[in-house]
Amino acid sequence: MHERLGATLTGFAGWRMPLRYQSETAEHLAVRRAAGLFDLSHMGEITVTGPGAGAALDHALVGLLSAVQPGRARYTMMCAEDGGVLDDLVVYRTGSDEFLVVANAANTAVVDRELRARAQGFDTRIADRTHDYALIAIQGPEAAGILGPLTDADLAGIKYYAGRRASVAGRPAWVARTGYTGEDGFELFCAPGDAEPVWTALTRAGTSAGLVPAGLAARDTLRLEAGMPLYGNELGPDVTPFDAGLGRVVKFDKPGGFVGAEALAERAEAEPRRVLAGLTLASRRVPRHGYAVLADGRECGRVTSGAPSPTLGTPIALAYLEPEAVRDPAPGLAVDIRGRAESADLTELPFYRRRRA
Amino acid sequence: MSVPAELRYTAEHEWVAIDGPSATIGITDYAARALGDVVYVSLPTEGAAVTAEDPCGEVESTKSVSDLYSPVDGEVTDVNGELDDDPGLVNSDPYGAGWMFKVRLTAGTGEDALPPGLLSPAEYEELIKESD
Repeated sequence: MHERLGATLTGFAGWRMPLRYQSETAEHLAVRRAAGLFDLSHMGEITVTGPGAGAALDHALVGLLSAVQPGRARYTMMCAEDGGVLDDLVVYRTGSDEFLVVANAANTAVVDRELRARAQGFDTRIADRTHDYALIAIQGPEAAGILGPLTDADLAGIKYYAGRRASVAGRPAWVARTGYTGEDGFELFCAPGDAEPVWTALTRAGTSAGLVPAGLAARDTLRLEAGMPLYGNELGPDVTPFDAGLGRVVKFDKPGGFVGAEALAERAEAEPRRVLAGLTLASRRVPRHGYAVLADGRECGRVTSGAPSPTLGTPIALAYLEPEAVRDPAPGLAVDIRGRAESADLTELPFYRRRRA
Repeated sequence: MSVPAELRYTAEHEWVAIDGPSATIGITDYAARALGDVVYVSLPTEGAAVTAEDPCGEVESTKSVSDLYSPVDGEVTDVNGELDDDPGLVNSDPYGAGWMFKVRLTAGTGEDALPPGLLSPAEYEELIKESD
């Protein structure tokens, strides 16, 4: 179907995914101003069920998932014993004894294996259901208006980071108010066979409101403007949640401890080794993943993600910097863009924050 | 994917239009699509000497940056200043308004002054078919 829409496809973690349909900049701006439709079926879905599911997740992940109410969601992480991030996750409590763990495509096998190992001794069942779910996201200020007439769910009753079972275009789905764009929007988990009719119904209903299909390229610039980390760029096994400025997802005060607790407690107390910072450049040359950041001419860190920001019109980047580089008064910062230092300004994250109604 | 018959091509996805002693250079439709939205083009300066197969500029897109190579030896006589305000011309009209720079050929005029390694339209189509 995506090829019929003229998509440029890309290989991603073993999936063939739409990178862009037309212009990724136009897709990005459509999500900011109207709405975009994404096929995210590559994301991993793992169900954790049974009376011990919440306790098992409390042990396996850094968050307190047992405290999440049915119908609510939580952003969390799985860490290794040494505190390194194995994946960042969204976990939905789909029932009192049912959780849906959404993992990055490239990490789904690791998350599934670790969940099984860490759930030993808990009264729970873990199943990798990735191939039983398609995931369609509709994101942007018009998303609720487009989806509303197609579903029996009262969307006004679904808060940010909440979800419920409902029908969409007559097909059963888990409808969640979550996303990775910095806009209001919904993520729809449905059976793979229902994905095309749901996609088609949303397209028909939304085109007049400005809805366009959007690919992974737009998704990446949208999440970057929103200051959201991407596993493999800002997060990885050599990064702790505290390095990424996301220490708040780690809940130490839970019964029974959790994998990585000891190492993370040390990180929480220690001076940060590096900080994740936002940079904005006046230059039109774009900082890219891996480029060196200079403080008064000396390397003080590396860019993890960079792109021309369609909303701001200037290049932006996330970078891990030595703590000295972000102290006040900040040194003169620059990014080494292929041998030429282009000056950069520290910018508070996120780069873009939507206006709330 | 458009590959105009009157142009010559390089393996680095540039096109060359020859007009007497002057060659006009840009990047191909295939290259523009592969790069995605072009956001900035750094071009050589007028009067600069360029050498075939040496980088003389760069093309920044949302996802990546690529070197721009001169396919020919010569002196830069003109650059497309429109690209400074509207780099998207490279995507919308790669063989027309998205042209990049013009070179006066060191080796003389016409087809005979072009380096022997340039590709015909048929050879270039073969190349991009293999890359897909």
